[in-house]
This record gives sequence, C-alpha cells and structure tokens, in this order.
Amino acid sequence: MFPGQFEYHRAASIKDALDLLKRYGDDAKLLSGGHSLIPMMKLRLAQPAHLIDVTKIAEMRAISESGGKIVIGAAASHDAVANSSLVRDKLGLLAEAAAAIGDVQVRNRGTIGGSLTHADPAADYPAAVLALEGEIKLERDGGARTIKAADFFLDLMTTAVQPGELLSQIAFAPIPTGTGYSYQKYPHPASGFAMVGVAALVSLDRSGKIASSRVGVTGLGAKAFRASAVEAALAGKAADAATIAAAAARTADGIDALGDIHASSEYRAELARVYARRTIQAAVARAKA
Amino acid sequence: MAVVPKFVGERIKRREDPRLISGTATYVDDVRLPDTLAAVVLRSPYPHARINSIDVAAARSAPGVVAVLTGGDLKDKVGGIPCVAPAEHIPFHPLLAQGKVRFVGESVAIVVASDAYKAQDAADLIDVDYNPLDAVSDPEKALEDGAPVLHEEFGNNLVTRALVPNPAVDEAIAKADKVIKFRIVNQRLAPVPMEPRGVLANWHQASGHLTIWTSTQIPHLLRSGLAAVLGLPENRVRVIAPEVGGGFGAKLNFYREEALVAYLSRMLGRPVKWIERRRENLAATTHGRDQITYLEVPVKKDGTVLGIKAKFICDMGAYLQLLTPAIPGFSGLMMTGCYKIPAMSFEQVMVFTNKMATDAYRGAGRPEAAYIAERTMDMVAGELGLDPVEVRRRNFIPKEAFPYATCAGLVYDSGDYNAALNKALEIVDYPKMRAEQADALKHGRYVGIGIASYVEICGLGPSVMLPPKVPGWESATVRMEPDSRVTVLTGISPHGQGQETTFAQMAADAFGIDIDDVAVVHGDTAIVQYGVGTFGSRGLSVGGAALMMSVGKVQDKLKKIASTMMEAPPDQLTFANRTVALKSDAAKSIPLQAVVDAAYGWKMPIPGMEPGLDATSVFEPAGCTFPFGTHISVVEIDPDTGVVKFLRYIAVDDCGNIISPLLVAGQVHGGIAQGIAQALYEEVVYDENGQLVTATLMDYAAPRAQMLPRYELAHTVTPSPLNPMGVKGVGEAGTIGSTPCVVNAVMDALKPLGIRHIDMPLRPEKLWRAIKDAKKA
Repeated sequence: MFPGQFEYHRAASIKDALDLLKRYGDDAKLLSGGHSLIPMMKLRLAQPAHLIDVTKIAEMRAISESGGKIVIGAAASHDAVANSSLVRDKLGLLAEAAAAIGDVQVRNRGTIGGSLTHADPAADYPAAVLALEGEIKLERDGGARTIKAADFFLDLMTTAVQPGELLSQIAFAPIPTGTGYSYQKYPHPASGFAMVGVAALVSLDRSGKIASSRVGVTGLGAKAFRASAVEAALAGKAADAATIAAAAARTADGIDALGDIHASSEYRAELARVYARRTIQAAVARAKA
Repeated sequence: MAVVPKFVGERIKRREDPRLISGTATYVDDVRLPDTLAAVVLRSPYPHARINSIDVAAARSAPGVVAVLTGGDLKDKVGGIPCVAPAEHIPFHPLLAQGKVRFVGESVAIVVASDAYKAQDAADLIDVDYNPLDAVSDPEKALEDGAPVLHEEFGNNLVTRALVPNPAVDEAIAKADKVIKFRIVNQRLAPVPMEPRGVLANWHQASGHLTIWTSTQIPHLLRSGLAAVLGLPENRVRVIAPEVGGGFGAKLNFYREEALVAYLSRMLGRPVKWIERRRENLAATTHGRDQITYLEVPVKKDGTVLGIKAKFICDMGAYLQLLTPAIPGFSGLMMTGCYKIPAMSFEQVMVFTNKMATDAYRGAGRPEAAYIAERTMDMVAGELGLDPVEVRRRNFIPKEAFPYATCAGLVYDSGDYNAALNKALEIVDYPKMRAEQADALKHGRYVGIGIASYVEICGLGPSVMLPPKVPGWESATVRMEPDSRVTVLTGISPHGQGQETTFAQMAADAFGIDIDDVAVVHGDTAIVQYGVGTFGSRGLSVGGAALMMSVGKVQDKLKKIASTMMEAPPDQLTFANRTVALKSDAAKSIPLQAVVDAAYGWKMPIPGMEPGLDATSVFEPAGCTFPFGTHISVVEIDPDTGVVKFLRYIAVDDCGNIISPLLVAGQVHGGIAQGIAQALYEEVVYDENGQLVTATLMDYAAPRAQMLPRYELAHTVTPSPLNPMGVKGVGEAGTIGSTPCVVNAVMDALKPLGIRHIDMPLRPEKLWRAIKDAKKA
C-alpha cells in the first residue's frame, strides 16, 4: 500500500498547527494518530499534500483537572485515557469506552481528538462523549470556540469543525458519585468497531427511582446520537427491568439504521435495543451499589 | 561422558521461533539486492468487462518508470499459468488480461519503477477503457441458459462434470425406512496468510541464470513451472522460498506475478520485486471451499446409514489455478467419513464464475467432506430421535476392520474411532453435560453440544493418485559432516510447520547426537535435491519417511565402518551419546567422531567403499494416511442477539505416533481457529454482480484470539503402518474436525426451537432471525 506524495509537518504548538493549517488550507490534513487517515491514504482515497501532526503538542496530550472539569487533550491516546487514574476515578464511562476501542496497537496510537473529528459512525468514543455531555474546544486563528457534543456530530463523517479549525481539548463534568454508568458494544467481527455501542449514565433518587439518565448510541445510524426517547421513558420511573426494557425498546426510534453483510439495518436496530437495555441495567446496578 | 538425551516425543520448543518472534527472519521483502526495481500491478475493478483499449503513454513517461506491460505486450511471448488437474475445459490463463477481464482483481497491467511509490503513481495514470459485461457470481446461476459466459470458446460455464455412479445407492434409497434430504453449503473462504505473497526475481545476464525468491510452498514444482512458462532450461532457474509466513494451501500454486516478475527481470536485466498488498491478497490469491452439496441419505430406523448420494456444485472461479478442479474430488471420496456406509455415489459439476479461482485451502476438500458426513450423522439423529453419539457408534468402521476399503475405493490405513469418541465424551462428561443442557433449557438458555468424529486423508500417495506434475513422493538427503554434525536437506518446504525442529529431533536420536548438532535445510532448489513441497499434511509422513530412509543409509555405512574398528558385526551396533556402541553392552563403544574421521579419511577402512557420509532417498508412499479424531464443543446461544458463546471445546486427535507434542498442539490450535472461523465468521462475499464485498480485513472476518475458546486437547495413538515412524499428519486435522463440531453444537442448541439447519457462517443475525421466526411459528 503506497500513499501518494505528501509533506509531513510536526506542529510544535497549537499556534504552529493553526499557522500550518492556514498556510496549506485544503491541501492539508491534521494527523492525530492516523488510524483512519493513513489507511485511506494508502488506498489513495485521501491524498493530502501536507500532513500536520498534532500528537507532539504537549498541551494537546495532557489530561488534567481544572475549574471543576476534567480536561482531555485531543491528542491523548486511547490508552492514556483508558489508564489515566483521573479519568478512571471521575470519568469512568470515558475510560470504559477508551478501553473498548480496537486493540493494544490501536489504543497506543489512536487519539480521542482524531476519533471525534473523523466521526466514523461506528467509533466508540462518540457514544460516551455524548452521554457525558463533553464540551469540545475548537481553536482557530485568533480565537477559540466551545461547542457541546450534541452539536458536534452532524452526519456521516461530518462534524461542526470548520476549515482552519483544530480540536484541542474536550472538557467534562466529573460523574457525580452515586451515578452509575456503563459502556457496552457489540464488536464488528472484522473491523472491531462498534456494530452497536451504547453508553449510559443513570442517577437514582432517594426512593430508588431514576432521577436522570443520559444514553449515547453509536454504530446504529450515520452518526452517534443521544437516545432522548429512551431517556424520557426512564425519567422518574422505577429502575426495574420492565421499565428499562420498555425504555430501551425505543433506542432505534426514528433512526435510519446502517447495514452491511455482518448485520442488516433491522438486526442492528435490535442489537441497539438489546445493548441499550443491558447497558442501562448495568448502569442502574452500579448506581445502586 | 555427558549423556545425550532423546528428543523424539519430547516437548521441544520450536527452533524456528527465536528468529520469528524477534523479527529477524528473512521473508521475501527482507531480501534486498542492489538496483532492485519495484513492480505494481494494475487490477480490474470490474468482474467482467471487455477491454477496448489501454493507454499507458502517461505511465511510461512518469518519473522513475522503467517499464509498463499490458496483455498485448506479452501475447505469444510467454506461456500461461498451468492447471495440472484434468478438466474438460481448461482456458488459457494469461499473465495479464488479454482483451477481457473476468474477475475483480485480475491483473491488467504491470508497472516497474525505481520504487513502489513511483510505480503506484504511474499505475494511477494508466487509462483502461472497459466495456462492462454482465457478470455471474452464483455458480448455480452460471449453469443456467442465458448466463453470461466467461470463456466464449466453451459456449457455457462448465469446467467439468465428474461422475462416480453406483446403482447400489439408488437401491438403498428405494428400500430405506427413510431418506433424509438436505442442501448444505461450504462457503468460500480466503486463506489470509500473515505474510501475503511476494516475488523477487534476479536475472544474471552474463550466465543466463534466473534466481527467484518467492513466498511459496513448492519451490521445486514452481521451478519446473516457471522454466516451462518462460522457456528456460530448468538448470538455469533457481527458486528460493525464504521464510514463508504461512500458506494454508494458497501458496501451493503458481501465480501470474511469479512469472511476470521473472519475465520483467530478464527483460530489464535488473532485479524486480513485487510484494502483494492485503487487498490484492483477498482479491487475487486463491480462495478455498465454495461448494454446494445436495444430499440424499437412505437410513434404517435404528440409525444405520445405507448410503449417501450427493450432487455438488463447485465454484472454480474465473480461471483454473494449479489444482483447482482436483480439490472437489476429495470432498466426494471422503464424504462417507468414519462410517461403514455400504454405497455412495456423487456427481460434481464444476463451474466458472466471475470470481477469483478456488484451490487448496487448509484441508482442501476434506473439511467439506467431514462437514457433509458429520452434518449427516446429526441430521440422521435428529430425524430419527436418536442420540448423535449412538448414531455414530452404530455406523463407525470397527477397529478390527482396518485396513478398511471404503465404498469410495479408498483404503483407510488404521483407526479406532470409538476410542477417540469415548475419550472426548469422557473429558466433556457427556451424561452430565446433557443434564446441564436440559436444565439450562428450563431456564430459557439455549445450550448445545456438538460432536464431530472426523477422518481425513494425508500424505497423498502413491503418486498415481495425483496429477503427474504434483507427485506424491518426497526426497531427503542426510549428510554427516566431517565434524559429526548432521545436515538434512529436505524436499518439503516448511512455512510454519516446524520441521526444522521435528526432523532435527529424529536425526539426533538416530545418531545419538544433540538436537543442536542437526541443521535442517529446505526451500532452495540450488541446494536441495528435487522435491515436491509442503501441503496436505505430508511433511512428516512422507518427507519424514524419506529422511529416515537416508538416515538408515548413513547409519548403515557408519556401522559397517565401525564394525571393522570394533570387530563386531554391524547389526549388533547402535548409536548413543555420540558413540557407536554394542547393543548388548553400551560400555563397549568408540566415539562417533572416530568413525566419521575414518569415513572422510584418506584411506577407507573397507576396500571399495566410497568416502563420505551422505545419502539421498525418495520415499514413495504405498498409500495415504488417515488421521481421525473427535471434537466436541459446548456452546450457548444468546437468544436476544444470536451470539454464540463457547462453554467448552475438546479436541481428541489421533495423528498416529507423536514426534513433537508442542508442535502437534500448535497445529491443532491453529487448525481449530480456522475451522471455527469457517463455522462462525468467515465468508468471501461477492455481490450478485460479481463485485468483491469483502475486499479488506475491515469486512472479511478473519478470527482473532478473543473470538476463540480455550481448547482442551487430548490424543489417542493409532500408528500408521505406512511409514517407519507410524505417523499420520496433523496439519489440517483441527480445521477438519472443528467446523462440523461447532455447527452441530449450534444446531443442537436450537433444536428445541425446531430449527434443522442454517448455512455457515453462523453469523449472529442468521441465528437471531431463525430464533425469532421459530418463536413466531
């Protein structure tokens, strides 16, 4: 597999990366792990003339706590996220999703920012980032903006990132104690991506009823989404099996499900319902524990 | 003196492994010659199209490009790819498409440049004007009137029709208590070796010699084939199979690129290298299986099987590779399995389709046969309400009956099928497991127990069984060097099997020396005497037998020389602890080195005896060996998703005597992985228009470790009488036993729902759908 000719640039800082982006415009692609970009280049489906590597920018690799938020640098590897004690303690759902990605090699090179901006419909992270209501920071020449995860994923491999922008970090409120969570996926038998992946966060009130829930789903449709119908069906209800099953049954409502040789759209929708049920059940069990 | 231990039968770690696991092994791509050019092949994106024109002008003038060839450039200058198996219609198989492409991935042009990047850049500039034609990917549709015809000269898509008739089967069908009919599919699989193919060719202009490094299982046969296609004398062609990263039958072949790269090296007078990419490997390296079988099985009420009648539709793909039409025969001949079925008949219709050629893939016809036999036994049990164990026992060939001539005309060398079955049943604790299964069902859990008692055929021989250019014999040279170390030159071509270890164990024991004192050399036609290669689990049973013949000759010479030095008859001498000793009194010995010194000395101790200590032998097997065993798997099906989970996997294999237990376990592990993958995961998918859907490993579900269970391995030992070691072969057994075992387990789990059969691969969706439909009904 031989990609076309390109020039490699190693950005030293966010500013440096933005300058390079400005200089090369549409001829440039940001490289942040490359697990999706490089295969596409090898197949010559993508032929950028310039690659700007952002993975050596120290501030973009950092994982820290600041202002009550957990901040994950966009160039943090999946492995770094999965094994960060800060993330595991305060953002366990994200660590679980990171640990479910690919294999060891993939987790060592792939990054959260690369995954989110690529917006593969079967990527694991988007489900968790949606459920955790991550705040995504986009830097551009002369400023930055922050958008909500819910506004980030627009369509199949399409995000709110504008030309000239760079995703620098994602900030999350820590998961409150007493909130249960779970990420579960059915791995695609060939690619290992999520045929369906569901991330759930559930908080119970004192009487044991569901105070709130947030359910993110990946793999099912063209983009990852929040299963708001499921969340609504859970709100204020007893956290019992029947309630959860009835709510999970609405996971695929209104979604145009994807299909391939391994799973038709009909089967994927059913997998989403089953995985939503199991994930919510697991989150409830943890909330009770 | 230090005692030299015995090695045969011991758990010896593979001597190949340090270089393999430390990344220091030399594969084709690691061979670097100065001034080597890189080749890239342009392939057809269409399953079926006429080529109106090819414009290579831009490619030829692109930077770094040295040559661009299309089919027109080769016409009448070079031969085609041979198919040595008989068939009614064998089309010309060009190195580059001639006027028409017939499958996605067919080579259309080849670009040679200073590096592979430039070659690819130039290949992108080639403009091929295709006129797409209707394509056919379903072999049954390919036989219908009006189907698109691949090779117009034949008028239809028939490759050949093979008939093995037997009126006794029809009589059995007429008088049977019941006739069970079903259709089963052995889907198309891709072998996916870790190392794809690769070729480096170097033409020496001055001497007129061609050297080729290629990732092959058959260096010598390939040398003959290449010499013929290129019009070169065989003694000017040297084929080297360096480290080969797996073959699984896909490299038991002669490929277009091997001839193309050789042709180009000669044309350009420079080394040329081509390394296959994974996408090319999935599209343009041979596939396996792809057989549809219609079965009629007459039975008595007690489960006695009276016969098997089969019709096969075998998908050969667009062209015939080396042995393409030979593979289905094994499926027919072996479909009676371990059973004393009195009559069988079959018809095989082999068909051209717009797909890559099929050919040998681990098991090559026998996995299909075992699948037929073992699904049949479970079908019989299911339809008659009998236990599948009971049906097998009722029909087994009894151990007293060996050697056993089957109704298909094969002679099984030795066997004790009940012993393997009993051992597997004991390990799984069959009655307890059945009770647990019944209990699980009460709780809505679908647990299944699958049994497969397989027999397969290895070490094919005598040679008359095989096409003349792929004979059944094997060669070995044994040379005791002047320092009393041993060099073994073997005609087999191991590519993961581990004979550098096994053969060293055998030779070391034979001469009473250390395993480290034996070097095993293979895979270079300039160094090793002509041989046949590694396939069909023949390395040990045939190649090892040749080794032991040569070992015996060198031993005899050493003993003769020693007898003059020890004043004892040769037949009373033996080898131990680097000495030649009296059998009756090991203390009476002389150092082996002293005997070797005499053999290489200026004056032979025996007048007229030639100096030196080497011998070359060829072993022609008198018959095939028939390894067997029983695999049992216990699975649970998640009814919500159709996902199959393994609870147990037990394999009891009988490969005769075991030389190297760790290597046998390794072969069984790998074999089961590929067999389970056929049952559950893998399928090469072409859509109805002939487009390849599983074009990358993102779509083709090759198994990973976490998709496989923990294996519980055991053995019974029934030596083969056909070779001096009593071995049978184990390279393919795991693949053959596991596929039906897993499918039987899944079907057993779904039996309470009235589900009779689902074709492989048993993807969760298929099971989920069947469960849903069954519950609805």
